[in-house]
Amino acid sequence: MIPVAFLASVMLFLLLKLTPGDPVLIMLGEKATAQNYEALRHDLGLDQPYPVQYARWVSHVMEGDFGKSIRNGAPVKDEILARLPATLQLGIAALVLSLAVALTLGILSAVFRRSPVGFFATAFSQVGVAVPGFFVGLVFIYVFALSLRWFPPGSYTAFGDDPSQWLRRLILPAVTLSLFGAATQTRFIRSGLLDTLHQDYIRTARAKGFGEASVILKHALRNALIPSVTLLGLQIGAILEGAFIVESVFAWPGIGRLAVQSLGARDYPIVQAVVLLAVFVFLLANLLVDIAYAYLDPRISYVRSRS
Amino acid sequence: MSAVAAESKPIAAPARLDEQRRRAERLWKACRRYPRLLIFGAIIGVLILIGLFAPIIAPYDPLQTAPSQVLTQPSPAHLLGTDNIGRDQFSRVIYGARISLGVAVIAVTIALTFGMSMGLAAGYVGGWVDQTLSRVVDAMLAFPGVLLAIAITAALGPSLRNAMIAVGIIQIPVYFRLARAQVLQVREHEFVTAAAVIGASRPRILGRHIMPNIANPLIVAASISSSTSILALAALGFIGIGPQPPDPDWGSMINTASGVLGQAPWLSFGPGLAIFITVFSFSMLGDAMRDALDPRLRIN
Repeated sequence: MIPVAFLASVMLFLLLKLTPGDPVLIMLGEKATAQNYEALRHDLGLDQPYPVQYARWVSHVMEGDFGKSIRNGAPVKDEILARLPATLQLGIAALVLSLAVALTLGILSAVFRRSPVGFFATAFSQVGVAVPGFFVGLVFIYVFALSLRWFPPGSYTAFGDDPSQWLRRLILPAVTLSLFGAATQTRFIRSGLLDTLHQDYIRTARAKGFGEASVILKHALRNALIPSVTLLGLQIGAILEGAFIVESVFAWPGIGRLAVQSLGARDYPIVQAVVLLAVFVFLLANLLVDIAYAYLDPRISYVRSRS
Repeated sequence: MSAVAAESKPIAAPARLDEQRRRAERLWKACRRYPRLLIFGAIIGVLILIGLFAPIIAPYDPLQTAPSQVLTQPSPAHLLGTDNIGRDQFSRVIYGARISLGVAVIAVTIALTFGMSMGLAAGYVGGWVDQTLSRVVDAMLAFPGVLLAIAITAALGPSLRNAMIAVGIIQIPVYFRLARAQVLQVREHEFVTAAAVIGASRPRILGRHIMPNIANPLIVAASISSSTSILALAALGFIGIGPQPPDPDWGSMINTASGVLGQAPWLSFGPGLAIFITVFSFSMLGDAMRDALDPRLRIN
């Protein structure tokens, strides 16, 4: 993971270097003269060679210093920290929701294979991955907020201020963001369960007289879930990138919307910090998934396979 | 070329014809066994035709504004209504097929070319080449895909061309991993060793003996990554860093529609449905091809 994180950070650094526009000129604006240009360039370390600049950047990032926003001069760290809770709430809600939907649909559709439920789950898992989140979000806003007026069309209320408003505003964006993950997981859980239900030990369990619910939930599901655990890492990645879009659609004040607004304003330090944070979370999620994987399936051992 | 071949080698011609007929028969059989192959292949064919003949099909110029006809409702004159500056939405959706399918073709070509050659090299040469390339691809996979595309497009500057490049780059890992894994598997076969023994060069072994054996999974991946490309492009367009106005791009059209959702809720319907149909058909075609080419890999 360390070399991967290192290479990923180099890529991000080089991408920033490719970005058009001279940051010194942007920061100085109208007041640019030859002297203060050179002075600021020196202060920012931009007169150093790239490896030195990279090392400086990494050491700043390690200390939590992501530089200053070009738009309003505020520290990027503060801008992000102010919006992180909103994104976390939305992301976790979407993850929980997608797993709940996928487990229910996946199990039901595997058990009642040739029933309407099975058909619906298959259709849902194929359609769900092909609809863009922003389109679904707009349809939801139009149907449930503007027409039926069940929910407010967007924006955010802190849980501490008004829990019921918080929930009402959370539901539509969370459902939208959960859709992709729910669709992919449903498919995995369904096919995993269908595979395990053919195994000999399932027949043994049935022969021993276990009830059908016990056979499916206790014996089959545990093994069937192993492949979908690996998917969890990817799913968190999908939620991270989905947050950019869903937050924009629902005017949700999280880091995704901040990044999209900053893209429009060419405020690249913020974009870079948000992407870096997302990469970090994604790597961490995948690491945890690997650990969980070894724990769930004792046949997999990372230590043994290396030696 | 085939005419020349037929003249100089009279025996080869019937053999070729036979081969062609056998192939056509095989394809027809596969289509009958996997009807999805035919259905979604046909839908994609129609979409390609729509893109190619957009000027004939579209009733209006997609860029023609009409200040007197802003946000009109769907009507026989404007099947999907008009947008916020009076452009015919239906014509824009039709022309949008050109952009989306064009991006799919170019992005997949970029990803396929780079990913496959890197994967072939890594798998066949091994050693430090493999180590280096694999680490680079791992680092790319450390980014959630669309975020990498956003970062690349932001760095290169927002435009259709750069969005295509970005969408292509983020899919390099798919082809790299696929090609590498397949090569590792195929190169252990005796016919590869035999080719090396009789003195075939590395490029010849790769091109002549290994490539044909890994073509099937690559075709499947190309179809599925066409759908990913179109979805990713739509996301870039929606957040405003993909194709720039006034290009009729489906993602940016939905962005425009989102601003006038209260007044003209129907406006996002056309591009939304277009994205869905295209993405869905490519992904279903990919699934169907996988089933037809390798029934062992069937999911569900």
